[in-house]
Amino acid sequence: MTSFTPKETWNSRIGIILAVSGSAVGLGNFLRFPGLAAKHGGGAFMLAYFISFLIIGLSICWAEWAMGRAGGQKGYNSSPGILGAITGRKNLKYVGVLGVLVPVMIYMYYVYIEAWCLGYAVNFMAGNLDFQSGDEAGAFFESFVGIGENGTAFGFDIKQVGLFLVAVFILNFFLIYRGLSRGIELFCKYAMPALVILALVVLVRVMTLGTPDPGNPDLNVSNGLGYMWNPTKVFLEERSADGDWQKAREIVGERSLSIAQQEASASPDLRVREIFLPEQLTNFQLWLDAAGQIFFSLSIGFGVIITYASYLKRKDDVVLSGLASTSANEFCEVGLGGLMTVPAAFTFLGIAGATGSTLGLGFNALPMVFSSMPAGQLFGFLFFFLLFLAAVTSSLSMLQPGIAFLEESMNIGRHQSVAILGFITAIGSGFVVYFSKDLKALDTIDFWVGTFLIFVLATVQIIIFGWVIGIKRGLKMANQGAIFPVPKIYGFIIRYVTPTFLLTIFALWTTQNVFGYNIITGQQEYSSYWKDLFIEPNGVAILSVFLIIIVASFIAILAAIAEKFKFENEEGKKS
Amino acid sequence: MTLGGWIIMLVSVGSVTALFCWCIFKVLTTPEEEEKIHGFEIETPDAEHK
Repeated sequence: MTSFTPKETWNSRIGIILAVSGSAVGLGNFLRFPGLAAKHGGGAFMLAYFISFLIIGLSICWAEWAMGRAGGQKGYNSSPGILGAITGRKNLKYVGVLGVLVPVMIYMYYVYIEAWCLGYAVNFMAGNLDFQSGDEAGAFFESFVGIGENGTAFGFDIKQVGLFLVAVFILNFFLIYRGLSRGIELFCKYAMPALVILALVVLVRVMTLGTPDPGNPDLNVSNGLGYMWNPTKVFLEERSADGDWQKAREIVGERSLSIAQQEASASPDLRVREIFLPEQLTNFQLWLDAAGQIFFSLSIGFGVIITYASYLKRKDDVVLSGLASTSANEFCEVGLGGLMTVPAAFTFLGIAGATGSTLGLGFNALPMVFSSMPAGQLFGFLFFFLLFLAAVTSSLSMLQPGIAFLEESMNIGRHQSVAILGFITAIGSGFVVYFSKDLKALDTIDFWVGTFLIFVLATVQIIIFGWVIGIKRGLKMANQGAIFPVPKIYGFIIRYVTPTFLLTIFALWTTQNVFGYNIITGQQEYSSYWKDLFIEPNGVAILSVFLIIIVASFIAILAAIAEKFKFENEEGKKS
Repeated sequence: MTLGGWIIMLVSVGSVTALFCWCIFKVLTTPEEEEKIHGFEIETPDAEHK
């Protein structure tokens, strides 16, 4: 029998739960989730969301926790080592390369966004964000992040991102340098409760906004919540030249409804239509968005949980810990994020301000909202500092898989691996920040790695757990040391339902977002990501993909030549 | 907000909050694993083949 003395372990169970929760809780909880729920209608979206949580979220989460801990028992902390060692198939180390590539590449642009959050918090504190119009808010954002021209984001003025980027980079690597328990765990132990307290303070402020503009009584908190949570969507529709009814605008609030009804009664080409929950559920885009949100929100398929879990002890409970960390993420997402940002944006800016992209809501609409509310300078600072804390805990988790991999593949210590990873990510982040025009590098890497490869990794992981390791052995691994076992129904779900669900979602997503084929209308137009590479080549997009390939090749070569990944004394030699 | 909206919001927020509180309660009230050294007990495919 071989036993391994771990180089590092978590200090406490609550420590790893907070670290995993911190990894999962990010900007998407407070900006992306509420936007999607409002877009699709709270009732239908939440139904699809909770079904996705049960089928995808818990399944992959438990699988990653169980595989990670099992890999740690064999002396491996990185995905290539873990997947090779616990399956007995050494070639699966090349699949594990994705578990290092994904977090390292995401870190390269995530640290840039993390710097925006800190920059906005500091600028709110300094009183620099007192916007009078949406154009002003948009102009500040464009100047701050350097959207206008490549190379303009590196300024070190307080109103430019460069200073904050250096600060967050140093903070992240200082914490990583301190190690697992003295760095990541210690920070998350304070940051996560602080994040929840900050969110509750901002939430109380939002809930007490009332009706800020008496001249427009429909813009109030109650209608803001209704816009997000009402199960029935109401639209004013207009008849087009070919006789089809097209949505003209969404209606929220009694006054808006009354005006729309008057318009409809005055024109035969207008009508007010209610869309009830069953009809909303027939929209496949809703299912795609709900599954995607669960998927990305829980940090599953990132290669993070599997690495974090590898530092657990032999009989640490992974079932309860997995459930606790996902529930913490859900609480922050539904219980806090779901009540905060969209209702606030609606109350001041109406539907137009509460819709749009995640970054548009976060860095254009919400600064306007805080500028408009009493004591907005303080609450703007608190909100963006909350986003900053969420971003730091997430970015720390993106570094640990790379650290673990370098330690194992190069047989070096933590401090050396921190230096090497710092060098690699500094070059990558420098690339992303330099090519800031239209955020092209960030957007390209986010699409191909932060979305596409995450789908691939999560799907492969659940197939490995359900089919290569096998359900019987997999659940036995998961249930070791658990105070309650994984429900038996999950044997069937993990083996059949989750892979089918994931592959279906992946196929639909690729069809729509890569090849641009609209399944409902049958029309096709290639996505900008595809066009940038193959139809109308864009230099920055091509360089971004080239960067991904270089980093992937570097990791794959190290995995191929590293002594530790030859599994000479492990099960891998028998494959 | 309509009555349906209130119900959906309260059920959604209430269910995730209840799950979160229950998990934290169980985590804090269950004794932790004390072992400090990793063992080697997980069965592996080759073990099944033996």
